[in-house]
Amino acid sequence: MMRLELVKRPQRSALFSMLSPFIAFALTIIAGAIMFGLLGVNPLNAFRIYFIEPVSQVWQLHELAIKAAPLILIAVGLSVCYKANIWNIGAEGQFIFGAIFGSIIPVLFPQFDGPLVLPLMLLLGMVGGAAYAAIPALLKTRFSTNEILTSLMLVYVAQLFLDWLVRGPWRDPQGHGFPQTIQFSDAATLPQLMPDAGRANWGFVFALVAAVLVWILMGRMLKGFEVRVLGSSPRAGRFAGFGLNRMVFFAFLLSGALAGLAGISEVSGAIGQLQPVISPGYGFTAIIVAFLGRLNPLGIIAAGLVLALTYLGGEAVQSALGISDKVARVFQGMLLFFVLGCDTLIHYRIRVIGLALTKKEGAGKLEAAPKLKEAR
Amino acid sequence: MGGTVSADHDGTNLLEVRGLTKIFGTLTACDHIDLNIAKGEIHALLGENGAGKSTLVKMLFGSLEPNAGEIFWNGQPVRITSPGAAKKLGIGMVFQHFSLFEALTAAENIALSLDDGSPISSIAAKARALSYSYGLPLDPESLVGDLSVGERQRIEIIRCLLQTPQLIILDEPTSVLTPQEADKLFETLERLRAEGKSILYISHRLEEVKRICDRATVLRHGKLVGHCNPREETAASLARMMVGNEVQAVVRAPVEGIETAAPLLEIRGLSRKPATPFSIPLKNISLNVRAGEVIGIAGVAGNGQGEFFESVSGEVQQQDAASVRIRGKDAGGLTITGRRLLGAAFVPEERLGHGAAPRMKLSENLLLSRHATDGKAFVGAGGMVKGAAVYAASQRIIEVMDVRKSAPDPEAAALSGGNLQKFIVGRELDRRPSVMVVNQPTWGVDAGAAAHIRQALIELSRSGSAVLVISQDLDELFEISDAIAVMHNGELSKPMPIAEATFEKVGLLMGGAEPGHAEHTMETA
Repeated sequence: MMRLELVKRPQRSALFSMLSPFIAFALTIIAGAIMFGLLGVNPLNAFRIYFIEPVSQVWQLHELAIKAAPLILIAVGLSVCYKANIWNIGAEGQFIFGAIFGSIIPVLFPQFDGPLVLPLMLLLGMVGGAAYAAIPALLKTRFSTNEILTSLMLVYVAQLFLDWLVRGPWRDPQGHGFPQTIQFSDAATLPQLMPDAGRANWGFVFALVAAVLVWILMGRMLKGFEVRVLGSSPRAGRFAGFGLNRMVFFAFLLSGALAGLAGISEVSGAIGQLQPVISPGYGFTAIIVAFLGRLNPLGIIAAGLVLALTYLGGEAVQSALGISDKVARVFQGMLLFFVLGCDTLIHYRIRVIGLALTKKEGAGKLEAAPKLKEAR
Repeated sequence: MGGTVSADHDGTNLLEVRGLTKIFGTLTACDHIDLNIAKGEIHALLGENGAGKSTLVKMLFGSLEPNAGEIFWNGQPVRITSPGAAKKLGIGMVFQHFSLFEALTAAENIALSLDDGSPISSIAAKARALSYSYGLPLDPESLVGDLSVGERQRIEIIRCLLQTPQLIILDEPTSVLTPQEADKLFETLERLRAEGKSILYISHRLEEVKRICDRATVLRHGKLVGHCNPREETAASLARMMVGNEVQAVVRAPVEGIETAAPLLEIRGLSRKPATPFSIPLKNISLNVRAGEVIGIAGVAGNGQGEFFESVSGEVQQQDAASVRIRGKDAGGLTITGRRLLGAAFVPEERLGHGAAPRMKLSENLLLSRHATDGKAFVGAGGMVKGAAVYAASQRIIEVMDVRKSAPDPEAAALSGGNLQKFIVGRELDRRPSVMVVNQPTWGVDAGAAAHIRQALIELSRSGSAVLVISQDLDELFEISDAIAVMHNGELSKPMPIAEATFEKVGLLMGGAEPGHAEHTMETA
């Protein structure tokens, strides 16, 4: 009989805190090699196809940017929530509502044209995401509900609402019954950055700008200080005069707006119309991105690119090796698992306790201790 | 002072420590400390805050690992790797801050820490027997939330005794007790000593140490100053060993014409319903604090002081805006920020997690309470924090208050309690507030730092501010107050001018004598 205990370390290592994402990545690669081996594929060949081939040409880098943009945008917003100790798990729903709100103009007013269309769409997308995020915030501040549950459950509401919209009222009448809206006009389409080189659109620029702005907010501004104080010690935050309820709204609205911006950017940039499914789980994968990036907006840029690669790699191994693209989900899950594991082991160490032993073993066992040497 | 007294009382030493060293970054918190504790002695560990007492004790109790040095237990070298290992050896510890669940009974709390699966009823019976045999009566069935601080401490002591330790470490045990409760505790300690148990007694109350301790080990700045017999020393000579020079006595000049000064802080009929089942309701509290005076509020812990502080500071707001007035303006409806902007400053009882955010740097903790009042100096256009200005101000406070630290701008949690308190008080004094409300200004703070803080509060009042001090330490209140009021069960007595106040009168009110019945009450209005 034995039992495992987590014992808090007296000091945490700054070096390993920094290395943690890299160690997690290395462990993911090792576990991934074993997985490929068990699937009967040569791991080296599989890794080449998974991680290297998808980024070996310029147009592929553009695809990477397309996948990374929503992940970074959403994760940057989530990092603010998580720093404030507020657990918004519903970014996927906020992403969808951003897409729906932003699509109001091109779907319902397709004749409205001009340079104002796109900015209005983006703005409406942010409003939609923020409004949808305001629901769990309101429930939390008013009724003390757990935001993890409410925000998560609202994801399914959003998915089903979108599904109903594109099959019902918003369906393209000339679409041969396909569940989708009309194609957005040019004025309602997010322009590509370098149309000659690849498909990447302005969404990636939005993501980088948002990351830098939030980095400044969190590190240099009083509001970011407020977030960090309330997240780490709420009582000291109250003493400072910061309101916890206001913070719940601030964090939810900000992360909701960014998720909404990601949603409308995806629809008007990469897809071009609303469909029943517009996201391969960006809102959930962004949670991994946020933690892999150490909740630091600049780290999140790098983490977003890594996770985007897992999506592309999943498609690549599916077409090249005939392995299910669910492999991507497995890699994402392993990454989160190892990151959280590494973080836990930085703060705690594991102690194995034999239950049978502790009863008999008295003080005697402890006395056989080596002399401590002068530490240099 | 001086020479090493070898432990020749009872022959062998129970615990011997040789050259124990602990290094945090660039700070050597304990530098080659030697300590011998004989069987059946009460051994005092003396030192200012930051002297290394807590670090040393944490190494003895296994919660910190030494960088160098040896520990011998009954002559055998040992490594104490965890508190569990310390308990197995026979070392028990009673902490300054209790770790008890308020919603559980005393017996349930004890059972949780024993963790050996014995039924609650047998633990309760054992605890009851033990408590009576040591003169610490305790009802194991009572809810911790209903118990006084003194009674809670008894639970901790009995929890420790149930593990039949040979060495008991007590960290500042009397800081939460009334004089009568402390006397009871000393009897218990003497009984334990008579049974051959050893006690390591950490305190900065020199009179106590002289009274009950057989030997003392004095630390200063992480180094061993020496061992001595406290009975042969005077309080002044002990203090000199601790501080390195004479502790300056606090000087309080009498104030003239205070009756005509304007009240800067007025509390009128303040009442508050209990927020939780364990908090105390406030009942119709009225008090004026005038420019130039220090008013002290005495009382046993848990009689509503915390609730009162929250209400005055604005962490909890009042329905009746006129129930708290600051500089002649109704402040009852204002937040803590609004009250600060009227010129008030606040220092709460708990340092970590309330007065300061533990994982944040000192400069960030400066911003914590001053982001609004010093908005122009510390926050620039668009809400950008002026990092350099905040850092410079925090360094100024560190210098003025003589805060000792291991890095230029360390996290608050890295400072010893006394040094952090100096910073937190200094942070508010630096503003020259017109109203200062302090809860337990020197709780767990050493003599040198406490004198510094008290003198600073008096000087603030003499420069024309109103100072309100809530404290459990009667010596402190008598030292600094111009008048003392007593809080008992959520009610506040009328302030007694210091010339008429005696320990006995205040003690009676603390014990619950009717507030109105104090003999020489002074009408402040």
